[in-house]
Amino acid sequence: MSQALKIEQLRKTYAGGVEALKGVDLKVEQGEFFALLGPNGAGKSTLIGILTGLVNKSSGKVRVFEEDLDVSPERVKAQLGVMTQELNFNIFESCWNTVNFQAGYYGIDWKEASRRTEQLLRDLELWDKAQQPVRNLSGGMKRRLMLARALVHDPKVLILDEPTAGLDIELRRSLWVYLQKRNEAGLTIILTTHYLEEAEALCNRVAIIDQGVILRDAPTRDLLGQLKKQTFVLELAESGPVPADDEEIQYREVDELTLEADVSHGITMNEVFERLGRSQVKVQSMRTKANRLEELFIDLVGKKSKGLTV
Amino acid sequence: MNAHRLYIAWLTLTRKEVMRVLRIWTQTLLPPAITMGIYFVVFGAFLGGQIRQIENYPYIQFILPGLVMMTCITNSFSNVASSFFSAKFMRHIEEMLVSPMPDWIMVTGFVAGGIVRGVICGVIVALVGLFFTKIPVFNVFIIMFYLLASASLFSLAGLLNALVARKFDDISIVPTFVLTPLTYFAGTFYSIKMLPPTWKTLTLANPIFYMVDGFRYGFLGIHDASLLVGVVLLTVLNLLGLAVSMHMVKKGVGLRS
Ligand SMILES: Nc1ncnc2c1ncn2[C@@H]1O[C@H](COP(=O)(O)OP(=O)(O)OP(=O)(O)O)[C@@H](O)[C@H]1O
Ligand SMILES: [Mg+2]
Repeated sequence: MSQALKIEQLRKTYAGGVEALKGVDLKVEQGEFFALLGPNGAGKSTLIGILTGLVNKSSGKVRVFEEDLDVSPERVKAQLGVMTQELNFNIFESCWNTVNFQAGYYGIDWKEASRRTEQLLRDLELWDKAQQPVRNLSGGMKRRLMLARALVHDPKVLILDEPTAGLDIELRRSLWVYLQKRNEAGLTIILTTHYLEEAEALCNRVAIIDQGVILRDAPTRDLLGQLKKQTFVLELAESGPVPADDEEIQYREVDELTLEADVSHGITMNEVFERLGRSQVKVQSMRTKANRLEELFIDLVGKKSKGLTV
Repeated sequence: MNAHRLYIAWLTLTRKEVMRVLRIWTQTLLPPAITMGIYFVVFGAFLGGQIRQIENYPYIQFILPGLVMMTCITNSFSNVASSFFSAKFMRHIEEMLVSPMPDWIMVTGFVAGGIVRGVICGVIVALVGLFFTKIPVFNVFIIMFYLLASASLFSLAGLLNALVARKFDDISIVPTFVLTPLTYFAGTFYSIKMLPPTWKTLTLANPIFYMVDGFRYGFLGIHDASLLVGVVLLTVLNLLGLAVSMHMVKKGVGLRS
Protein backbone atom coordinates (compact mmCIF):
# COMPACT_ATOMS: atom_id res chain seq x y z
CA MET A 1 0.00 0.00 0.00
CA SER A 2 1.31 3.44 -0.76
CA GLN A 3 0.94 6.36 1.54
CA ALA A 4 -1.86 8.76 0.73
CA LEU A 5 -0.89 11.31 3.33
CA LYS A 6 2.11 11.84 5.51
CA ILE A 7 2.32 14.72 7.97
CA GLU A 8 5.41 15.37 10.06
CA GLN A 9 5.77 17.79 12.93
CA LEU A 10 3.06 20.07 11.61
CA ARG A 11 2.73 23.30 13.55
CA LYS A 12 0.45 26.26 13.17
CA THR A 13 0.43 29.44 15.19
CA TYR A 14 -2.18 31.95 14.06
CA ALA A 15 -1.41 35.65 13.84
CA GLY A 16 -3.22 36.23 17.13
CA GLY A 17 -0.82 33.84 18.86
CA VAL A 18 -3.13 30.83 19.11
CA GLU A 19 -1.16 27.61 18.76
CA ALA A 20 -3.66 25.51 16.86
CA LEU A 21 -1.31 22.63 15.97
CA LYS A 22 1.62 21.67 18.15
CA GLY A 23 3.68 19.22 16.14
CA VAL A 24 1.25 16.80 14.56
CA ASP A 25 2.43 13.54 12.99
CA LEU A 26 -0.05 11.57 10.95
CA LYS A 27 -0.05 8.90 8.26
CA VAL A 28 -2.95 7.77 6.16
CA GLU A 29 -2.61 4.78 3.88
CA GLN A 30 -4.19 4.59 0.47
CA GLY A 31 -7.72 3.26 0.65
CA GLU A 32 -8.19 4.04 4.32
CA PHE A 33 -11.29 5.64 5.76
CA PHE A 34 -9.74 7.81 8.40
CA ALA A 35 -11.40 9.83 11.14
CA LEU A 36 -9.96 12.81 12.93
CA LEU A 37 -11.88 13.12 16.11
CA GLY A 38 -11.69 15.99 18.54
CA PRO A 39 -13.63 18.56 20.53
CA ASN A 40 -14.34 22.11 19.35
CA GLY A 41 -11.19 24.08 18.78
CA ALA A 42 -8.95 20.99 18.73
CA GLY A 43 -7.30 22.05 15.46
CA LYS A 44 -9.10 19.77 13.01
CA SER A 45 -10.13 22.47 10.55
CA THR A 46 -6.73 24.08 10.81
CA LEU A 47 -5.11 20.80 9.82
CA ILE A 48 -7.46 20.38 6.87
CA GLY A 49 -6.95 24.01 5.86
CA ILE A 50 -3.22 23.43 5.66
CA LEU A 51 -3.60 20.29 3.57
CA THR A 52 -5.87 22.01 1.08
CA GLY A 53 -4.09 25.32 0.68
CA LEU A 54 -6.49 27.46 2.70
CA VAL A 55 -4.21 28.00 5.69
CA ASN A 56 -0.46 28.68 5.73
CA LYS A 57 1.42 26.30 7.98
CA SER A 58 4.02 27.62 10.40
CA SER A 59 6.32 24.61 10.04
CA GLY A 60 6.38 20.91 9.30
CA LYS A 61 6.09 18.68 6.29
CA VAL A 62 3.06 17.52 4.34
CA ARG A 63 3.19 14.91 1.60
CA VAL A 64 0.34 13.56 -0.49
CA PHE A 65 1.28 10.47 -2.46
CA GLU A 66 4.94 11.43 -2.08
CA GLU A 67 4.37 14.94 -3.44
CA ASP A 68 5.64 17.62 -1.07
CA LEU A 69 3.23 20.48 -0.39
CA ASP A 70 6.12 22.97 -0.31
CA VAL A 71 7.70 21.73 -3.52
CA SER A 72 4.69 21.07 -5.73
CA PRO A 73 1.53 22.47 -4.17
CA GLU A 74 -0.33 22.17 -7.45
CA ARG A 75 0.27 18.43 -7.66
CA VAL A 76 -0.83 18.01 -4.08
CA LYS A 77 -4.00 19.98 -4.69
CA ALA A 78 -4.81 18.07 -7.88
CA GLN A 79 -5.10 14.86 -5.84
CA LEU A 80 -7.27 16.24 -3.06
CA GLY A 81 -10.96 16.97 -2.96
CA VAL A 82 -12.22 18.96 0.00
CA MET A 83 -15.51 19.76 1.65
CA THR A 84 -14.90 22.52 4.16
CA GLN A 85 -16.74 22.96 7.41
CA GLU A 86 -18.12 26.37 6.48
CA LEU A 87 -20.26 26.83 3.38
CA ASN A 88 -18.24 28.50 0.67
CA PHE A 89 -20.54 28.99 -2.29
CA ASN A 90 -21.32 31.82 -4.57
CA ILE A 91 -24.96 31.69 -3.57
CA PHE A 92 -26.08 33.42 -6.76
CA GLU A 93 -24.54 30.78 -9.01
CA SER A 94 -26.57 27.79 -10.16
CA CYS A 95 -25.80 24.32 -8.82
CA TRP A 96 -24.78 23.20 -12.26
CA ASN A 97 -22.30 26.03 -12.69
CA THR A 98 -20.94 25.60 -9.19
CA VAL A 99 -19.87 22.03 -9.90
CA ASN A 100 -19.04 22.56 -13.55
CA PHE A 101 -16.81 25.59 -12.97
CA GLN A 102 -14.94 23.69 -10.30
CA ALA A 103 -14.10 21.04 -12.90
CA GLY A 104 -12.88 23.85 -15.12
CA TYR A 105 -10.50 25.12 -12.42
CA TYR A 106 -8.90 21.69 -12.48
CA GLY A 107 -8.51 21.93 -16.25
CA ILE A 108 -11.11 19.32 -17.13
CA ASP A 109 -12.46 19.98 -20.59
CA TRP A 110 -16.02 21.11 -21.08
CA LYS A 111 -17.54 17.87 -22.32
CA GLU A 112 -16.04 15.69 -19.63
CA ALA A 113 -16.86 18.30 -16.98
CA SER A 114 -20.51 18.34 -18.02
CA ARG A 115 -20.70 14.55 -17.97
CA ARG A 116 -19.27 14.41 -14.45
CA THR A 117 -21.41 17.27 -13.21
CA GLU A 118 -24.54 15.51 -14.36
CA GLN A 119 -23.44 12.20 -12.87
CA LEU A 120 -22.68 13.71 -9.47
CA LEU A 121 -25.80 15.83 -9.30
CA ARG A 122 -27.85 12.74 -10.08
CA ASP A 123 -25.98 10.51 -7.61
CA LEU A 124 -26.42 13.05 -4.85
CA GLU A 125 -30.06 13.67 -5.69
CA LEU A 126 -29.64 17.26 -6.74
CA TRP A 127 -30.46 16.86 -10.39
CA ASP A 128 -33.82 18.59 -10.16
CA LYS A 129 -32.06 21.58 -8.57
CA ALA A 130 -29.35 21.84 -11.22
CA GLN A 131 -30.49 25.20 -12.59
CA GLN A 132 -31.45 26.68 -9.22
CA PRO A 133 -29.17 29.21 -7.57
CA VAL A 134 -27.39 27.76 -4.55
CA ARG A 135 -29.20 30.11 -2.17
CA ASN A 136 -32.46 28.27 -2.97
CA LEU A 137 -31.14 25.00 -1.53
CA SER A 138 -31.82 23.68 1.94
CA GLY A 139 -28.93 23.19 4.35
CA GLY A 140 -28.74 19.48 3.62
CA MET A 141 -28.77 20.05 -0.13
CA LYS A 142 -25.95 22.55 0.21
CA ARG A 143 -23.81 19.96 2.01
CA ARG A 144 -24.46 17.48 -0.78
CA LEU A 145 -23.59 20.09 -3.37
CA MET A 146 -20.30 20.67 -1.57
CA LEU A 147 -19.62 16.96 -1.83
CA ALA A 148 -20.42 16.95 -5.55
CA ARG A 149 -18.06 19.86 -6.04
CA ALA A 150 -15.33 18.12 -4.06
CA LEU A 151 -15.58 15.00 -6.21
CA VAL A 152 -15.89 16.47 -9.69
CA HIS A 153 -12.19 16.22 -10.50
CA ASP A 154 -12.09 12.62 -9.29
CA PRO A 155 -9.62 13.14 -6.44
CA LYS A 156 -7.57 10.32 -4.94
CA VAL A 157 -8.12 11.59 -1.43
CA LEU A 158 -11.37 13.09 -0.20
CA ILE A 159 -11.19 15.35 2.83
CA LEU A 160 -14.40 16.10 4.68
CA ASP A 161 -14.62 18.58 7.52
CA GLU A 162 -17.71 17.60 9.48
CA PRO A 163 -19.63 16.46 6.43
CA THR A 164 -22.79 15.48 8.26
CA ALA A 165 -23.09 18.38 10.68
CA GLY A 166 -26.68 19.55 10.69
CA LEU A 167 -28.04 16.70 8.60
CA ASP A 168 -31.06 14.68 9.68
CA ILE A 169 -30.55 11.02 10.47
CA GLU A 170 -31.88 9.74 7.18
CA LEU A 171 -29.68 12.02 5.13
CA ARG A 172 -26.69 11.26 7.32
CA ARG A 173 -27.16 7.53 6.78
CA SER A 174 -27.55 7.89 3.03
CA LEU A 175 -24.40 9.97 2.92
CA TRP A 176 -22.59 7.28 4.90
CA VAL A 177 -23.68 4.68 2.39
CA TYR A 178 -22.50 6.85 -0.48
CA LEU A 179 -19.13 7.50 1.14
CA GLN A 180 -18.67 3.84 1.97
CA LYS A 181 -19.35 2.95 -1.63
CA ARG A 182 -16.76 5.44 -2.83
CA ASN A 183 -14.27 4.17 -0.28
CA GLU A 184 -14.79 0.58 -1.39
CA ALA A 185 -14.15 1.75 -4.94
CA GLY A 186 -10.69 2.86 -3.82
CA LEU A 187 -11.12 6.46 -2.66
CA THR A 188 -9.12 7.36 0.43
CA ILE A 189 -11.32 9.37 2.78
CA ILE A 190 -10.33 11.54 5.72
CA LEU A 191 -13.10 13.05 7.77
CA THR A 192 -13.45 15.05 10.93
CA THR A 193 -16.48 14.63 13.05
CA HIS A 194 -18.02 15.21 16.42
CA TYR A 195 -20.28 12.24 15.90
CA LEU A 196 -18.40 9.40 17.47
CA GLU A 197 -20.95 7.04 16.08
CA GLU A 198 -19.93 8.21 12.64
CA ALA A 199 -16.27 7.42 13.17
CA GLU A 200 -17.15 4.05 14.62
CA ALA A 201 -19.48 3.17 11.77
CA LEU A 202 -17.35 4.38 8.87
CA CYS A 203 -13.70 4.57 9.69
CA ASN A 204 -11.13 1.87 9.95
CA ARG A 205 -8.71 4.18 11.64
CA VAL A 206 -9.21 6.96 14.14
CA ALA A 207 -6.93 9.69 15.41
CA ILE A 208 -7.99 11.69 18.41
CA ILE A 209 -6.78 15.26 18.57
CA ASP A 210 -7.12 17.79 21.34
CA GLN A 211 -5.54 21.22 21.71
CA GLY A 212 -3.36 20.68 18.69
CA VAL A 213 -1.93 17.38 19.85
CA ILE A 214 -2.71 13.88 18.58
CA LEU A 215 -3.59 11.84 21.66
CA ARG A 216 -4.24 8.51 19.99
CA ASP A 217 -3.96 7.14 16.48
CA ALA A 218 -4.99 3.53 15.97
CA PRO A 219 -7.27 1.21 14.04
CA THR A 220 -10.85 1.63 15.23
CA ARG A 221 -10.97 -2.07 16.08
CA ASP A 222 -7.97 -1.80 18.41
CA LEU A 223 -9.34 1.28 20.09
CA LEU A 224 -12.64 -0.37 20.78
CA GLY A 225 -10.88 -3.50 21.98
CA GLN A 226 -8.86 -1.46 24.41
CA LEU A 227 -11.86 0.03 26.06
CA LYS A 228 -11.53 -0.79 29.71
CA LYS A 229 -15.25 -0.65 30.16
CA GLN A 230 -18.35 -1.34 28.22
CA THR A 231 -21.60 0.44 28.95
CA PHE A 232 -24.97 -1.30 29.05
CA VAL A 233 -28.37 0.30 29.20
CA LEU A 234 -30.77 -1.61 31.43
CA GLU A 235 -34.51 -1.16 31.17
CA LEU A 236 -36.00 -2.12 34.52
CA ALA A 237 -39.22 -3.96 35.16
CA GLU A 238 -39.89 -1.90 38.29
CA SER A 239 -38.23 1.04 39.93
CA GLY A 240 -36.05 0.56 42.96
CA PRO A 241 -32.88 1.81 44.63
CA VAL A 242 -29.73 2.10 42.48
CA PRO A 243 -27.35 -0.76 43.31
CA ALA A 244 -24.10 0.16 45.02
CA ASP A 245 -21.03 0.53 42.79
CA ASP A 246 -18.06 -1.75 43.19
CA GLU A 247 -14.66 -2.14 41.51
CA GLU A 248 -16.03 -3.84 38.42
CA ILE A 249 -19.46 -2.32 37.84
CA GLN A 250 -20.65 1.25 38.26
CA TYR A 251 -24.26 2.31 37.89
CA ARG A 252 -25.92 5.51 36.78
CA GLU A 253 -29.59 6.25 37.04
CA VAL A 254 -30.90 7.67 33.79
CA ASP A 255 -34.51 7.75 34.89
CA GLU A 256 -36.74 5.77 37.20
CA LEU A 257 -36.83 2.73 34.95
CA THR A 258 -33.48 3.05 33.20
CA LEU A 259 -30.02 2.30 34.51
CA GLU A 260 -26.66 2.50 32.84
CA ALA A 261 -23.98 0.11 33.96
CA ASP A 262 -20.27 0.53 33.18
CA VAL A 263 -18.90 -2.97 33.21
CA SER A 264 -15.16 -3.67 33.31
CA HIS A 265 -13.62 -6.04 30.82
CA GLY A 266 -13.40 -9.61 32.01
CA ILE A 267 -16.71 -9.61 33.80
CA THR A 268 -19.18 -12.04 32.23
CA MET A 269 -22.83 -11.30 31.68
CA ASN A 270 -23.68 -14.06 34.13
CA GLU A 271 -21.78 -12.26 36.84
CA VAL A 272 -23.54 -9.00 36.00
CA PHE A 273 -26.96 -10.54 36.31
CA GLU A 274 -26.01 -12.43 39.44
CA ARG A 275 -25.07 -9.18 41.12
CA LEU A 276 -28.17 -7.40 39.84
CA GLY A 277 -30.29 -10.22 41.17
CA ARG A 278 -28.64 -9.96 44.57
CA SER A 279 -29.51 -6.23 44.59
CA GLN A 280 -33.16 -7.05 43.82
CA VAL A 281 -32.99 -5.31 40.44
CA LYS A 282 -35.40 -6.76 37.87
CA VAL A 283 -34.15 -6.22 34.35
CA GLN A 284 -36.73 -6.12 31.58
CA SER A 285 -34.28 -5.72 28.69
CA MET A 286 -30.70 -4.75 28.04
CA ARG A 287 -28.68 -3.25 25.19
CA THR A 288 -25.13 -2.04 24.71
CA LYS A 289 -24.70 1.67 24.40
CA ALA A 290 -23.96 2.56 20.78
CA ASN A 291 -21.18 5.11 21.17
CA ARG A 292 -18.46 3.09 22.71
CA LEU A 293 -15.81 5.32 21.25
CA GLU A 294 -17.18 8.14 23.26
CA GLU A 295 -16.04 6.49 26.44
CA LEU A 296 -12.53 6.36 25.17
CA PHE A 297 -12.78 9.84 23.86
CA ILE A 298 -13.86 11.25 27.17
CA ASP A 299 -11.18 9.20 28.86
CA LEU A 300 -8.52 10.70 26.65
CA VAL A 301 -9.70 14.23 26.33
CA GLY A 302 -10.71 14.28 29.96
CA LYS A 303 -13.90 16.12 29.43
CA LYS A 304 -17.53 15.53 30.16
CA SER A 305 -19.74 14.65 27.21
CA LYS A 306 -20.86 18.27 27.15
CA GLY A 307 -20.52 19.67 23.67
CA LEU A 308 -20.40 16.25 22.11
CA THR A 309 -23.32 14.96 20.18
CA VAL A 310 -24.38 11.51 21.28
CA MET B 1 -1.17 21.35 -15.11
CA ASN B 2 -0.27 21.21 -18.80
CA ALA B 3 -0.89 24.09 -21.19
CA HIS B 4 -4.28 22.81 -22.27
CA ARG B 5 -5.48 22.44 -18.69
CA LEU B 6 -4.16 25.88 -17.81
CA TYR B 7 -6.06 27.30 -20.74
CA ILE B 8 -9.28 25.62 -19.61
CA ALA B 9 -8.84 26.91 -16.06
CA TRP B 10 -8.19 30.42 -17.29
CA LEU B 11 -11.10 30.31 -19.69
CA THR B 12 -13.45 29.00 -17.00
CA LEU B 13 -12.63 31.86 -14.69
CA THR B 14 -12.66 34.52 -17.39
CA ARG B 15 -15.94 33.30 -18.82
CA LYS B 16 -17.45 33.26 -15.37
CA GLU B 17 -16.32 36.84 -14.79
CA VAL B 18 -17.72 37.99 -18.12
CA MET B 19 -21.00 36.19 -17.50
CA ARG B 20 -21.25 37.99 -14.20
CA VAL B 21 -20.86 41.36 -15.93
CA LEU B 22 -23.57 40.50 -18.44
CA ARG B 23 -25.91 38.94 -15.89
CA ILE B 24 -25.95 42.00 -13.66
CA TRP B 25 -25.88 44.44 -16.60
CA THR B 26 -28.15 46.90 -14.82
CA GLN B 27 -25.38 47.38 -12.28
CA THR B 28 -22.44 47.03 -14.61
CA LEU B 29 -23.29 48.31 -18.08
CA LEU B 30 -26.30 50.56 -17.73
CA PRO B 31 -25.02 53.15 -15.20
CA PRO B 32 -22.12 54.45 -17.33
CA ALA B 33 -24.42 54.78 -20.34
CA ILE B 34 -26.79 56.93 -18.30
CA THR B 35 -24.15 59.01 -16.49
CA MET B 36 -22.16 59.73 -19.61
CA GLY B 37 -25.34 60.35 -21.61
CA ILE B 38 -26.06 63.13 -19.13
CA TYR B 39 -22.53 64.54 -19.54
CA PHE B 40 -23.05 64.63 -23.28
CA VAL B 41 -26.38 66.40 -22.95
CA VAL B 42 -25.03 68.99 -20.52
CA PHE B 43 -21.59 69.62 -22.01
CA GLY B 44 -22.47 68.94 -25.62
CA ALA B 45 -25.99 69.97 -26.31
CA PHE B 46 -26.55 72.62 -23.58
CA LEU B 47 -23.14 74.16 -22.90
CA GLY B 48 -21.17 73.01 -25.92
CA GLY B 49 -22.05 75.96 -28.09
CA GLN B 50 -20.96 78.45 -25.43
CA ILE B 51 -17.58 76.87 -24.72
CA ARG B 52 -14.98 77.76 -27.27
CA GLN B 53 -13.32 75.11 -29.34
CA ILE B 54 -10.14 73.55 -28.03
CA GLU B 55 -7.42 73.18 -30.65
CA ASN B 56 -10.07 73.46 -33.36
CA TYR B 57 -12.21 70.66 -31.98
CA PRO B 58 -15.73 71.23 -30.65
CA TYR B 59 -15.73 70.91 -26.86
CA ILE B 60 -17.76 67.70 -26.86
CA GLN B 61 -15.28 66.06 -29.22
CA PHE B 62 -12.42 67.16 -27.02
CA ILE B 63 -13.89 65.68 -23.84
CA LEU B 64 -15.27 62.48 -25.35
CA PRO B 65 -12.06 60.40 -25.24
CA GLY B 66 -11.50 61.41 -21.63
CA LEU B 67 -15.02 60.40 -20.69
CA VAL B 68 -14.57 57.04 -22.38
CA MET B 69 -11.27 56.54 -20.55
CA MET B 70 -12.77 57.60 -17.22
CA THR B 71 -15.61 55.14 -17.66
CA CYS B 72 -13.28 52.37 -18.69
CA ILE B 73 -10.90 52.63 -15.75
CA THR B 74 -13.52 53.11 -13.05
CA ASN B 75 -15.47 50.13 -14.35
CA SER B 76 -12.41 47.92 -14.66
CA PHE B 77 -11.44 48.82 -11.14
CA SER B 78 -14.81 48.28 -9.57
CA ASN B 79 -15.41 45.06 -11.47
CA VAL B 80 -12.39 43.29 -10.08
CA ALA B 81 -12.62 44.96 -6.69
CA SER B 82 -16.21 43.92 -6.09
CA SER B 83 -16.08 40.53 -7.78
CA PHE B 84 -12.90 39.50 -5.99
CA PHE B 85 -13.94 40.92 -2.67
CA SER B 86 -17.32 39.25 -2.69
CA ALA B 87 -15.58 35.98 -3.60
CA LYS B 88 -13.48 36.52 -0.48
CA PHE B 89 -16.44 37.59 1.58
CA MET B 90 -18.68 34.67 0.59
CA ARG B 91 -15.56 32.45 0.71
CA HIS B 92 -16.03 30.99 -2.74
CA ILE B 93 -12.54 32.20 -3.58
CA GLU B 94 -11.70 28.96 -1.78
CA GLU B 95 -12.97 27.09 -4.84
CA MET B 96 -9.94 28.45 -6.66
CA LEU B 97 -7.54 28.27 -3.73
CA VAL B 98 -8.06 24.53 -3.26
CA SER B 99 -7.69 23.85 -6.98
CA PRO B 100 -4.32 23.38 -8.69
CA MET B 101 -4.93 26.55 -10.71
CA PRO B 102 -1.69 28.58 -10.42
CA ASP B 103 -1.78 32.07 -8.94
CA TRP B 104 -1.09 33.76 -12.25
CA ILE B 105 -4.12 32.14 -13.82
CA MET B 106 -6.30 33.46 -11.04
CA VAL B 107 -4.82 36.96 -11.29
CA THR B 108 -5.02 37.18 -15.07
CA GLY B 109 -8.51 35.65 -15.13
CA PHE B 110 -9.92 38.30 -12.82
CA VAL B 111 -8.01 41.00 -14.68
CA ALA B 112 -9.40 39.77 -17.99
CA GLY B 113 -12.90 40.10 -16.56
CA GLY B 114 -12.11 43.67 -15.50
CA ILE B 115 -10.71 44.53 -18.92
CA VAL B 116 -13.79 43.16 -20.66
CA ARG B 117 -16.11 45.22 -18.46
CA GLY B 118 -13.97 48.35 -18.88
CA VAL B 119 -13.83 48.01 -22.64
CA ILE B 120 -17.53 47.23 -23.03
CA CYS B 121 -18.44 50.25 -20.90
CA GLY B 122 -16.02 52.43 -22.87
CA VAL B 123 -17.54 51.29 -26.15
CA ILE B 124 -21.04 51.93 -24.82
CA VAL B 125 -20.10 55.48 -23.85
CA ALA B 126 -18.53 56.06 -27.27
CA LEU B 127 -21.71 54.79 -28.92
CA VAL B 128 -23.83 57.09 -26.80
CA GLY B 129 -21.46 59.90 -27.79
CA LEU B 130 -22.17 59.20 -31.45
CA PHE B 131 -25.67 60.55 -30.92
CA PHE B 132 -24.14 63.93 -30.10
CA THR B 133 -21.08 64.27 -32.28
CA LYS B 134 -18.85 62.62 -34.83
CA ILE B 135 -15.86 60.75 -33.45
CA PRO B 136 -12.71 61.15 -35.52
CA VAL B 137 -10.20 58.30 -35.40
CA PHE B 138 -6.57 59.26 -35.82
CA ASN B 139 -4.93 55.90 -35.07
CA VAL B 140 -6.86 52.84 -34.01
CA PHE B 141 -3.79 51.02 -32.59
CA ILE B 142 -3.02 53.84 -30.24
CA ILE B 143 -6.64 53.85 -29.11
CA MET B 144 -6.54 50.12 -28.44
CA PHE B 145 -3.22 50.23 -26.63
CA TYR B 146 -4.31 52.96 -24.25
CA LEU B 147 -7.72 51.46 -23.64
CA LEU B 148 -6.46 47.93 -22.93
CA ALA B 149 -3.41 48.98 -20.94
CA SER B 150 -5.43 51.36 -18.78
CA ALA B 151 -8.20 48.81 -18.24
CA SER B 152 -5.62 46.22 -17.26
CA LEU B 153 -3.82 48.58 -14.88
CA PHE B 154 -7.00 49.50 -13.05
CA SER B 155 -8.18 45.91 -12.96
CA LEU B 156 -4.94 45.11 -11.17
CA ALA B 157 -5.51 48.04 -8.85
CA GLY B 158 -8.98 46.70 -8.09
CA LEU B 159 -7.51 43.31 -7.32
CA LEU B 160 -4.91 44.78 -4.98
CA ASN B 161 -7.59 46.78 -3.21
CA ALA B 162 -9.81 43.71 -2.82
CA LEU B 163 -6.89 41.65 -1.50
CA VAL B 164 -6.23 44.01 1.38
CA ALA B 165 -9.89 44.94 1.98
CA ARG B 166 -11.50 43.52 5.09
CA LYS B 167 -15.00 44.91 4.62
CA PHE B 168 -17.10 46.18 1.74
CA ASP B 169 -16.43 49.81 2.68
CA ASP B 170 -12.74 49.26 2.04
CA ILE B 171 -13.25 48.79 -1.67
CA SER B 172 -14.87 52.19 -2.07
CA ILE B 173 -11.99 54.05 -0.43
CA VAL B 174 -9.78 54.04 -3.50
CA PRO B 175 -12.53 55.11 -5.94
CA THR B 176 -13.66 57.93 -3.67
CA PHE B 177 -10.37 59.33 -2.46
CA VAL B 178 -8.00 58.46 -5.27
CA LEU B 179 -9.74 57.55 -8.48
CA THR B 180 -12.37 60.29 -8.66
CA PRO B 181 -10.05 63.23 -7.90
CA LEU B 182 -7.35 61.92 -10.21
CA THR B 183 -9.74 61.36 -13.10
CA TYR B 184 -11.31 64.80 -12.78
CA PHE B 185 -7.89 66.46 -12.63
CA ALA B 186 -6.58 64.39 -15.53
CA GLY B 187 -7.32 66.92 -18.24
CA THR B 188 -10.50 65.31 -19.44
CA PHE B 189 -12.42 68.58 -19.46
CA TYR B 190 -9.61 70.98 -20.42
CA SER B 191 -6.26 71.17 -22.10
CA ILE B 192 -3.48 71.63 -19.56
CA LYS B 193 -2.18 74.43 -21.75
CA MET B 194 -5.00 76.47 -20.23
CA LEU B 195 -3.78 75.88 -16.67
CA PRO B 196 -1.60 78.07 -14.45
CA PRO B 197 1.93 76.63 -14.03
CA THR B 198 1.41 75.08 -10.58
CA TRP B 199 -1.64 73.14 -11.68
CA LYS B 200 0.12 72.18 -14.84
CA THR B 201 3.00 70.67 -12.89
CA LEU B 202 0.61 68.85 -10.57
CA THR B 203 -1.26 67.42 -13.51
CA LEU B 204 1.97 66.09 -14.98
CA ALA B 205 2.36 64.00 -11.82
CA ASN B 206 -1.04 62.40 -12.36
CA PRO B 207 -0.70 59.07 -14.19
CA ILE B 208 -4.29 59.18 -15.40
CA PHE B 209 -3.48 62.38 -17.24
CA TYR B 210 -1.14 60.44 -19.54
CA MET B 211 -3.81 57.86 -20.23
CA VAL B 212 -6.42 60.44 -21.15
CA ASP B 213 -3.92 62.45 -23.17
CA GLY B 214 -2.59 59.48 -25.13
CA PHE B 215 -6.05 58.06 -25.65
CA ARG B 216 -7.28 61.39 -26.98
CA TYR B 217 -4.27 61.49 -29.29
CA GLY B 218 -5.55 58.23 -30.83
CA PHE B 219 -8.77 60.01 -31.75
CA LEU B 220 -7.86 63.60 -32.44
CA GLY B 221 -4.15 63.44 -33.19
CA ILE B 222 -3.33 66.12 -30.62
CA HIS B 223 -1.57 65.71 -27.29
CA ASP B 224 -0.31 67.81 -24.39
CA ALA B 225 2.26 65.48 -22.87
CA SER B 226 5.03 63.23 -24.07
CA LEU B 227 3.54 60.09 -25.59
CA LEU B 228 6.67 58.13 -24.78
CA VAL B 229 6.23 58.90 -21.09
CA GLY B 230 2.64 57.66 -21.35
CA VAL B 231 3.52 54.38 -23.02
CA VAL B 232 6.43 53.67 -20.69
CA LEU B 233 4.43 54.64 -17.63
CA LEU B 234 1.51 52.39 -18.54
CA THR B 235 3.79 49.47 -19.33
CA VAL B 236 5.84 49.84 -16.17
CA LEU B 237 2.82 50.30 -13.91
CA ASN B 238 1.13 47.26 -15.43
CA LEU B 239 4.18 45.08 -14.87
CA LEU B 240 4.56 46.41 -11.36
CA GLY B 241 0.88 45.82 -10.57
CA LEU B 242 1.12 42.30 -11.91
CA ALA B 243 4.26 41.54 -9.92
CA VAL B 244 2.85 42.94 -6.68
CA SER B 245 -0.49 41.18 -6.97
CA MET B 246 1.17 37.87 -7.89
CA HIS B 247 3.41 38.21 -4.88
CA MET B 248 0.52 39.00 -2.57
CA VAL B 249 -1.59 36.11 -3.83
CA LYS B 250 1.37 33.76 -3.45
CA LYS B 251 1.88 34.90 0.13
CA GLY B 252 -1.85 34.61 0.68
CA VAL B 253 -2.28 38.22 1.84
CA GLY B 254 -5.94 38.63 2.71
CA LEU B 255 -6.60 35.09 1.51
CA ARG B 256 -4.96 32.67 3.92
CA SER B 257 -4.42 33.02 7.65
N1 LIG C 1 -8.28 32.27 11.31
C1 LIG C 1 -7.96 32.08 12.59
N2 LIG C 1 -7.31 33.04 13.27
C2 LIG C 1 -6.96 32.86 14.56
N3 LIG C 1 -7.22 31.76 15.26
C3 LIG C 1 -7.87 30.76 14.65
C4 LIG C 1 -8.28 30.87 13.29
N4 LIG C 1 -8.90 29.73 12.94
C5 LIG C 1 -8.89 28.94 14.02
N5 LIG C 1 -8.27 29.55 15.06
C6 LIG C 1 -8.06 28.98 16.40
O1 LIG C 1 -7.33 27.78 16.27
C7 LIG C 1 -7.83 26.80 17.15
C8 LIG C 1 -8.24 25.57 16.37
O2 LIG C 1 -9.35 25.87 15.57
P1 LIG C 1 -9.96 24.87 14.51
O3 LIG C 1 -10.96 25.60 13.73
O4 LIG C 1 -8.85 24.22 13.77
O5 LIG C 1 -10.68 23.81 15.46
P2 LIG C 1 -11.62 22.59 15.10
O6 LIG C 1 -11.01 21.38 15.69
O7 LIG C 1 -11.92 22.56 13.65
O8 LIG C 1 -12.94 22.95 15.91
P3 LIG C 1 -14.48 22.69 15.55
O9 LIG C 1 -14.75 21.27 15.93
O10 LIG C 1 -15.19 23.62 16.45
O11 LIG C 1 -14.67 22.98 14.12
C9 LIG C 1 -8.96 27.45 17.92
O12 LIG C 1 -8.46 27.89 19.15
C10 LIG C 1 -9.35 28.61 17.05
O13 LIG C 1 -9.84 29.67 17.84
MG1 LIG D 1 -13.54 22.75 12.55
